[in-house]
Amino acid sequence: MATAPPLQPDLGAAKLPARALRGPERGAGWHLVALAIAMPALAVLLVVAAALLRPDGEVWAHLSAHVLPRASWNTLWLVLGVGLGVSVLGTGLAALVALCEFPGRAFFAWALLLPLAVPAYVLATVYIGLFDYAGPLQTLLREHLPGVPGIEVRNRWGVMAVLVLALYPYVYLVVRNALASQGARLMEVARLLGHRPGQAFRRAALPLALPWIGGGTLLAMMETLADFGAVAAFNYDTLTTAIYRTWYGLFSVSGALQIAAVLLLFVLALLALEQRARAGQRFVTLGAAPVQRRRLAPRGAWLATLICGLVWLLAFALPVSQLLLWALREIDSLDRRYWLLAANSLQLALGAALLLPALALTLSWAQRRAPSAAMGWLARLATLGYAMPGALLAVAFFAAAGTLLKVFPDLAGLLRGSILLLLTAYAVRFLAVAATPVNGAALRLKPSIEEAARNLGVSGFRLFLRVHLPLLRGGVLTAALLVFVDVMKEMPITLMTRPFGWDTLAVRIFEFTTEGQWQRAALPALAIVAVGLLPTYWLHRGSEHAPLS
Amino acid sequence: MRVLSRLSCCLAALLLTACGGKPGDAQLVVYTARAEHLIQPLLLRYTEETGIPIRFVTDKAGPLLARLAAEGEATQADVLITVDAGNLWQAAQQDLLQAIDSPILEANVPAHLRDPEDRWFGLSLRARTIIHSTERVDPEELNTYAGLADDRWRGRLCLRTSKEVYNQSLVATMIASGGETETETLVRGWVDNLAAPPFASDTQVIEAIAAGQCDLGLVNSYYLGRLQRQQPDLPVALFWPDQAAGERGVHVNVSGAGVTRHSPRPEAARAFIEWLSAGEAQRLFASLNLEYPVNPEVAPAPLVAAWGEFRADDINLSTAGELQAAAVRLMDRAGYH
Repeated sequence: MATAPPLQPDLGAAKLPARALRGPERGAGWHLVALAIAMPALAVLLVVAAALLRPDGEVWAHLSAHVLPRASWNTLWLVLGVGLGVSVLGTGLAALVALCEFPGRAFFAWALLLPLAVPAYVLATVYIGLFDYAGPLQTLLREHLPGVPGIEVRNRWGVMAVLVLALYPYVYLVVRNALASQGARLMEVARLLGHRPGQAFRRAALPLALPWIGGGTLLAMMETLADFGAVAAFNYDTLTTAIYRTWYGLFSVSGALQIAAVLLLFVLALLALEQRARAGQRFVTLGAAPVQRRRLAPRGAWLATLICGLVWLLAFALPVSQLLLWALREIDSLDRRYWLLAANSLQLALGAALLLPALALTLSWAQRRAPSAAMGWLARLATLGYAMPGALLAVAFFAAAGTLLKVFPDLAGLLRGSILLLLTAYAVRFLAVAATPVNGAALRLKPSIEEAARNLGVSGFRLFLRVHLPLLRGGVLTAALLVFVDVMKEMPITLMTRPFGWDTLAVRIFEFTTEGQWQRAALPALAIVAVGLLPTYWLHRGSEHAPLS
Repeated sequence: MRVLSRLSCCLAALLLTACGGKPGDAQLVVYTARAEHLIQPLLLRYTEETGIPIRFVTDKAGPLLARLAAEGEATQADVLITVDAGNLWQAAQQDLLQAIDSPILEANVPAHLRDPEDRWFGLSLRARTIIHSTERVDPEELNTYAGLADDRWRGRLCLRTSKEVYNQSLVATMIASGGETETETLVRGWVDNLAAPPFASDTQVIEAIAAGQCDLGLVNSYYLGRLQRQQPDLPVALFWPDQAAGERGVHVNVSGAGVTRHSPRPEAARAFIEWLSAGEAQRLFASLNLEYPVNPEVAPAPLVAAWGEFRADDINLSTAGELQAAAVRLMDRAGYH
């Protein structure tokens, strides 16, 4: 919700006759539902906020003098750079694939999603391995051109490039769906009004895709804030590395939580600003005519193929080939256990991919039924976990859960060995990922459909099930896909919260990387990509063919 | 909507099947920050020999300690195994470990490699030492850790990031033996000599030296061992610093274990750690990761022995924990990132 506001009550919705039927007590009910969904996140945020009450003066004095200025500056650069990069790359690719026809378009439409399945820390390690001084590329250069100076890739631009390649699919996926369902129609209208294609895109399709571009970009920026794996591989100091340094090096968990609290306040402000910027805008879907993509002239068409191919190569084919080469050396260690690990990963990811979109849908629905300022804040707080470094979130979650279990010891027996806790923690971490596409889709529900349905005597839950849910299908499937791949890749929360016997592929990667054995980690990393491929394809098909209303 | 209801059924089934499976009494539960492939062969062997099944979870040391603290008396964990003395010290400091009264452990583990109050015991030893190019560095030029700050190494040194706990422990023990001011000057000297920004791993440091990006660095010896298994003729070699009389000796660290404060089975936990400290188990514990056994009776793996003998610093490793935060602050001030 972070990214997609509820329809404001003062924008005409209240004039609908159906709304008049809604009593105040009904609104209270919806507020309770939203509160229940946000509760785990609120508990975690409470633990974080509570740390602010016990400031550790000595640690703070040191951090603010020697660590935070540099870390904040680096973080600012990285978040802005990645934000700009993913919005341009993601939107550009989405526009090509959704609005134009060129050789290979059908392949790229889903292939450009595949980098979603490659964890950012894997991409970072592969890129450093390939392109740093000791890597094959520079070694070859030196052999053939003696005297060439070494090029340092472990810097701000390197880590920015890697994160853009890893995170652009968030923007791509969300914007592509938005453009595919309405962009082409708008383009047509703009063309009829005499605009050239480029103009038509800039003046008609782009402005109307802005909420989706903003939503996807915000997701990527939050993920960047929380990222530890990629920045650690580049040894690029951000607020996240400062958090871990404070925790592991200075042994101050409370100091770490305090940095996180300040970080989250900024994110909250950012979310509120974004919402305010969009307040007053309304979006409804146009008619459901089949989308007619524009056939590009030969030169333009091949350029489009080249661009898509290059991105796909850099973000997916190259790193996966490197993983394959590494994995082949370790192929002996591929044993039956991998089936179990893959099955665990799959179950957890599927469980979350069912649960989280359902939560996001309910929350979005609650916002629609009972819009209020309190509701808006609940929805925003519930998604804040996505901007928090995973391991710290795990600790805060564990502390909150530990307190709960001490108060209700009977619950402990029930929860011990169950993955319920783990799924709850995933919900705290990834609700933003589910909420962005769901809210994006909900933005375009037409009030007139609701009216028509009510006139036909369909209302309440049946209205939702029969009318809204089918219309929201595309958004829900996108949410499920994003949650699925994110949970497959998730490491710190799984490590800390999993019951005995619930080792996953990501846990297997951890076992090797914690010892610096990157090549041995290639096999489980590849398995994550492989397990992620099928659902990515399936959900892609589902979301591309979703009814557009 | 049939799909939806079917999916919700799946979800419910998933949640229910995942319940249950409480560990019984006749088994041990281990929390380990030492990676699975370095510890599981030992656990399997212990079960084979004693019939006691062991369950374990792996994670980083920081989250494991936080988990133990949050679980409190309700924890199922009996044994905590973690790398680095700083982490062990921190676990003891947070009162997450209990003292072990064991003559066997006292005999097998040298005094400086265990907690003075017997709450943790080192089980394998890792040496953090100088590595240098055999093509561009004459070992005669090398002497001490402090010597790496010398002007002659300007633009020739590679280091791993100061976020790595091994570097934090090294600097902590340097503070203990040389004092804070002197150590800070020295670390600034290291930073001035860097040929490239600090690396994320020891392996990258070794590869950078082999590729010619720099000429020498600091690494844990087993990282070289792993690379040597794949590429036996890497043009690099280890050098043991601070060996002259009156010098501190090579900095060593441990991975080790302790019995958790609220262990449901403290006796069984003690017996397990005792078993790890001697004989074949002790040899395996070290050699799985090409480290040195802590038990002087047990010989290291042949590849490890080939690096030659050295005199290790015998400062008690709890010092590394006590001074770790000071070391981190010092490295921040010195601009060692």
